[in-house]
Amino acid sequence: MKILITISGDNVAPRFDMVSELLIASYNPKGLTGKPRTILMAGPSPEDLCSLILKEDINIVICGGIEERHYKYLAWKKVEVFDSVIGPFNEVLDLAMKNKLRSGTILLSARNVRDT
Amino acid sequence: MFFVSLRLCARPKVYCVIETMPISSTILVESVSIAEILNGVPLGIVLLDRSLCVLRMNRFFEALTGYSEEDALGVPGNFIIRSDLHTRGQPFRQILVSGESLIQEGTILNCHRKKLPILFTISPLHDSEEQIAGLIVVLEDLSSVRHAERNAGGVDCMAKLLGHSPKMQEVFELLPVLARTDASLLITGETGTGKDKIAEVIHKTSKRARQPFIKINCGALPESLLESELFGHVRGAFTGAIMDKPGMFRLAQDGTIFLTEIGDLPLSLQVKLLTVLDDMEFYPVGGCTKVKVNVRVIAATHRSLREQVRDGLFREDLFYRLNVLQIHLPPLREREGDIRLLLDYFFRDFVSQLGSHIKGFSNASLEVLLAYGFSGNVRELSNIVEYAVNICPGEQITPEYLPKYLFAPENHQKSVVPGQPASVSSREERRHQTANKTETHSSENWNETEREMILGAMKKTGGNRTKAAELLGLGRTTLWRKLKAL
Repeated sequence: MKILITISGDNVAPRFDMVSELLIASYNPKGLTGKPRTILMAGPSPEDLCSLILKEDINIVICGGIEERHYKYLAWKKVEVFDSVIGPFNEVLDLAMKNKLRSGTILLSARNVRDT
Repeated sequence: MFFVSLRLCARPKVYCVIETMPISSTILVESVSIAEILNGVPLGIVLLDRSLCVLRMNRFFEALTGYSEEDALGVPGNFIIRSDLHTRGQPFRQILVSGESLIQEGTILNCHRKKLPILFTISPLHDSEEQIAGLIVVLEDLSSVRHAERNAGGVDCMAKLLGHSPKMQEVFELLPVLARTDASLLITGETGTGKDKIAEVIHKTSKRARQPFIKINCGALPESLLESELFGHVRGAFTGAIMDKPGMFRLAQDGTIFLTEIGDLPLSLQVKLLTVLDDMEFYPVGGCTKVKVNVRVIAATHRSLREQVRDGLFREDLFYRLNVLQIHLPPLREREGDIRLLLDYFFRDFVSQLGSHIKGFSNASLEVLLAYGFSGNVRELSNIVEYAVNICPGEQITPEYLPKYLFAPENHQKSVVPGQPASVSSREERRHQTANKTETHSSENWNETEREMILGAMKKTGGNRTKAAELLGLGRTTLWRKLKAL
């Protein structure tokens, strides 16, 4: 399984269409299979991001806000999208690998931390 | 209760007013809860502390972003507001440093996956020692302004409702009448006919247009959650209810609440909804204080509520209470001439959105589309056009770039419906019947030929399968499998 998280600093980025940094991780039931890699995009473009997601054969996308049309497009392409997620991306990745992540999850560690 | 010292809010003006007020007025102002003040302003407002985390928000902000105060409390503001301002630097932090207000246009992307144009007004808040204690961010939804600008060419705000058919003209004539009143309204129609759009237009053309429009899908949530979503709950009402929740009825105060898929509302909640419609007041889950609301209720369903009443699945009294005004949206197959109009509209829309160079549909594609039944109505038509515009690499959309299911015979059988021109339906039927017959014939012929070839090879080789396979140019296991099937 391959997960893509849109990131901003140490957190999941607030918006899918404004993101230019991504984290891609592969895992199996035993855990991560290799070191997650980060990708810097040339600039924020939701269309380019959707293409990249399909090109990389991503199974799960974790992001903050996402427009309905991009969400539906990815769903149509059989990519599972967990949106409106707030929190540090490493904790979010951990939850996703344990199948405990849901859309709208706000991690406690996201509260009362300094703005990024 | 959270009280505010107004000195903290907007420095020069309110401060001076308080200084010159008589003592009784000062006491009144200082004892007003901040929630009341914030909720009295018809703009989205959020207060951020020095670390730019959410301190408070009003119900307009909740409606705009889709986050409740309970969820957002303590979370960094930019994760809740989700604006595009942060791509142009860090305005919140800059204001904390400079102390200067900022007014800027941008967008937010809310929890309902909608991008809204917003006018942001961000100002610093000062404490009693004149130090910056946080920020106040005011969000003004510019959707209606943008919408009006787009329609500046003399088209009114109902421009997105398209239809020349007599049935749609009847609907359009009824809309201004429905927008003038506060009576409950029931919108019926098949899935994809535009019930949500009509509800939104009625709200936007009513006197409640500047107030919230809250949409709830009664079929999307389990019964226990739906009651809390609709009517809110008090702290401790059930496990996990750690804070009061206002509920959608209170969020829609002075506006409109749109209950879609009302036919899926559980019977137990139907009673409570009936009480709200009658008295406009209710008890939140676990609460002992009645809450009074002023909300217009619009309900929609694709089911026949009369049948549901007959089957005992929907309360008769609620049906009559909702059915004060009723509007039925015709399915696309009953809207003569509208399919072509909508095809053109969605085609232009998607082409401009994608910046595509496609010039139009080919005649063959149009023939297929005009003959199709569109059981999913306008939504299905829009999806088909979007698919074709995305997939087609050339300048004209030919049938190969239409979704494959349009050509499945069962879909065309479904498409033969009353109201469809008989010639088109029968022509399509004939075309598919002929295609099916030819397909069956050719497949039968091939099976027979293959059988004869295999038997011939087996005779020639005296029953030796390996040699027969070599003779036929097949693998040994393939021949074995085919022999088994004979």
